[in-house]
Amino acid sequence: MADNTAIDSASEAPLKRKGVKRRAFLIGGVAVVGAGLFGISIADSNAAKDAKARIIGEGEHGFATWLKISEDDVITIYSPHTDIGQGSNTGLAQMLAEELDATWEQVRVVSAPAEPAFANVGLGRGFLADMTGQPAIINGIPQSFLSFIARQMNLQITGGSTALRFTGQITFQKVGAATRLALMETAAKRLNVPMDELTTQDSRVIHAKSSQSLRYGELAAEAATLSLDNEPKLKDPTQYRLIRQSMQRLDIPAKVDGSAQYGMDFAIPGMRVATIQAAPVRGGKLTSVDTAPALAIKGVEKVIKLDNAVAVVAKGYWPAISGLRALAPSFSDGGHADVSTASIFQAHDAIIAKGEADGEAGQGDVQAALGTKPIKAKYQVPFLHHAMMEPFALTAQYKDGKLDIWGGMQDPLATKMLAVEVSGLDADDVTFHPMIIGGSFGRRLPMYMEIVEQVTQLAMQLPYPVKLIWSREEEVAQGAYRPQSSAVLQAALTDKKRIAAYRNDYAQPESAEDETVFPYILPAVSRRHFAHVSNQQTGAWRSVNSTQQGFYNESFMDELAHAAGEDPVVFRRNHLTAGSRHLRVLDEAAARSGWGTPLPAGRGRGVALVESFKTIVAQVVEASVGEDGMPKVHKVTTVVDAGSIVNPDAAMAQIEGGTIMGLSSAIGEAITLEKGAVQQSNLSDYPLLNMAQAPLSQDIHFLNSGAPMGGIGEPGVPPAAPALANALFAAAGKRVRNLPILTQAKG
Amino acid sequence: MAIQTSINGKAVALSAEPDTPLLWVIREELGLTGTKFGCGVAACGACTVHVDGEPTRSCSVPVSEVAGKSITTIEGLKSADGTLHAVQTAWIAAQVPQCGYCQSGQIMAAVALIEKTGRPSDAQIDAAMTNLCRCGTYPRIRKAIRAATGQAAVAVEGAA
Ligand code: FES
Ligand code: FES
Repeated sequence: MADNTAIDSASEAPLKRKGVKRRAFLIGGVAVVGAGLFGISIADSNAAKDAKARIIGEGEHGFATWLKISEDDVITIYSPHTDIGQGSNTGLAQMLAEELDATWEQVRVVSAPAEPAFANVGLGRGFLADMTGQPAIINGIPQSFLSFIARQMNLQITGGSTALRFTGQITFQKVGAATRLALMETAAKRLNVPMDELTTQDSRVIHAKSSQSLRYGELAAEAATLSLDNEPKLKDPTQYRLIRQSMQRLDIPAKVDGSAQYGMDFAIPGMRVATIQAAPVRGGKLTSVDTAPALAIKGVEKVIKLDNAVAVVAKGYWPAISGLRALAPSFSDGGHADVSTASIFQAHDAIIAKGEADGEAGQGDVQAALGTKPIKAKYQVPFLHHAMMEPFALTAQYKDGKLDIWGGMQDPLATKMLAVEVSGLDADDVTFHPMIIGGSFGRRLPMYMEIVEQVTQLAMQLPYPVKLIWSREEEVAQGAYRPQSSAVLQAALTDKKRIAAYRNDYAQPESAEDETVFPYILPAVSRRHFAHVSNQQTGAWRSVNSTQQGFYNESFMDELAHAAGEDPVVFRRNHLTAGSRHLRVLDEAAARSGWGTPLPAGRGRGVALVESFKTIVAQVVEASVGEDGMPKVHKVTTVVDAGSIVNPDAAMAQIEGGTIMGLSSAIGEAITLEKGAVQQSNLSDYPLLNMAQAPLSQDIHFLNSGAPMGGIGEPGVPPAAPALANALFAAAGKRVRNLPILTQAKG
Repeated sequence: MAIQTSINGKAVALSAEPDTPLLWVIREELGLTGTKFGCGVAACGACTVHVDGEPTRSCSVPVSEVAGKSITTIEGLKSADGTLHAVQTAWIAAQVPQCGYCQSGQIMAAVALIEKTGRPSDAQIDAAMTNLCRCGTYPRIRKAIRAATGQAAVAVEGAA
């Protein structure tokens, strides 16, 4: 089976997996993906028992791992995803409750335990298999995620805008539908009527003929003993009453009264607080530290030296950070002392000029068609910090041979497995307790979160529980940044204002091919990746490579339109297929934004069209340049085709916020390096867009084309930078080729 | 020597070292974790509380400075019977929070602004609401503030 192949051929795991007894079991769990929908329960009765033991209490009855119904009709859904504020858990609950015909007010959603029994098989199937009878939606997922998944075998990851697309459509709707059938079967027996005379509504099975009905809670105990239908028939979308409705998000009330508990907020009796500084030059080691100045501070209890970091353990955060600041640790530079922002750009220039690409995609004879005088432009973007508002904080306790960790992670199960490796404990003795996450945007993946390793190491040697908090300074200096990247773009135009050939040569650590959808139909096009790796750690930054690639391609398309003497919307239209989704999205954005209508002096409009994670977004930004050189965004019009939308208001919020994050990074954000170390220190010198700078007006419109569901958390980000840059060109005649814009204005 | 102050209407004697930022006293000594740590340098506003009614970034105020003053945190906004403050209700109606981490600070800043201005204009909102939100909830924060003060949702462009 294809799933097996994908897993068995996975490259070596990055760390050795000492003590992970369940590895084989996990692989088994994924391997049965093709066989059953409902999680591991069908394939492995021990796992099913384990899952039930963990979540099912007195008077409650479990269905297919992800759902329990209590005798008083409360329906609890276990989500294997981490809701980072995008509303995915509410969306998943809508999808399951829809098919179940549950009373919405009685639906609860909680995080699934970080245990293999709750590994997300639907996600595995979405990632790894082409689904029988369903569109192959796997194409929207970056290869790096796929191989990561295959390596880690954990499948509780939230990323790639997959929650509703994969877990929702592949598992949760079907669990809801199958559970409904089991409840109906039970009711039919109990009422002694044929099943086809039964209907369901508001958590009841109804027999209209005899005016009888039974509550789900009364049926649950017996229904839970039935085996569930693997391929239940789903509702016709015209019958939906929860899906496509703007249900209020279930997580919001606790986020307005201060009661929501984030990883930062966890506390346990006897707990100490630690903070840490790692080698400022990534790759360096701790060489020496005099611990006395920290220990002299009241409240400091211990200074702990790790291989590349020093940690201070204290009664609270303030003595811990004061102690850390009192230290003058020496770190080596790992041989990276001459790495700087400039040196990386120079290296990019050199490898692109050399022309030996590490990967190429496209078609046609680009070289010949480019001719001797192509239009050429170089673009550069900096490292970007995720800057989620909650800095890292994990609490760990090692007691009686067992390790417990509390906090917010995008992948709870992989977090647990990492702690298993670091501690050397048996997997059954390590528990990760997922908590609410204060933003992530791709940052909280254990593969590049040293804090998991750090807190495990601290807890294993301390006689009390310890909460390790990264200061914001540490968070800024030790990121898993969006890569610094360069691109040289070239194109040739025909005398009919058409592109004859287009080449995008870009340099950065990894290929962007999996996230790059180039929607234009051209006779010859080439994308070449030139690999350059610095000492910095790079990671997935909301929408992954789509932000820089969107900026390169959509800015250069604008340059070409101007070179051709053509309107930028018309120029794009001329290179899109008639009747395509891209064309509809672009046309709608142009129409809604008043494209081509007069603007006040000093203002310009810019357009961009970017597809990412199977969602197509066109955006028109109206902007001017303020007296201080600061770009002022007056209005943003965004048209989105994500195929279909589960919760329109939550989707709207994602596009609004994504747009602001895209504008913020384009205008002011940059992580720069000097002597191998990050120069920025905190949010004071890593400027995020604020209320006054954010556009006052955003018009967002969804075209629900009915195409396979695309992501919604990420695709709002990429068009903002090029649309803004193009608007500024229209307003002031100055082309933005380096981000952020503010640095360029100053320099 | 204990520092005397009042938190959410209750008199308390605090034992923290005098240089400890108010934020950490609120979070760790009093266990009121609704007030958040975001940056520690007065740049983000996640730690905003009211000190004698003034919105204050508690990460940058030593606890010794609030002796004898009255402090309100997000936990103190609800009325005694648990009814949400009108601004909190408006926040739910507008579905403002995403990750939610900045929202205690945003709400405290908004409540202070509304108490001061009654019906803040967009320019007043821009000037007062300098708290950062990485999730980009600014449009909804504005909407909620306007709704809580009886103003139409859509701002007049150029009013700022
Ligand atoms: S934590 Fe106080 S302003 Fe950021
Ligand atoms: S809601 Fe996430 S930072 Fe504001």
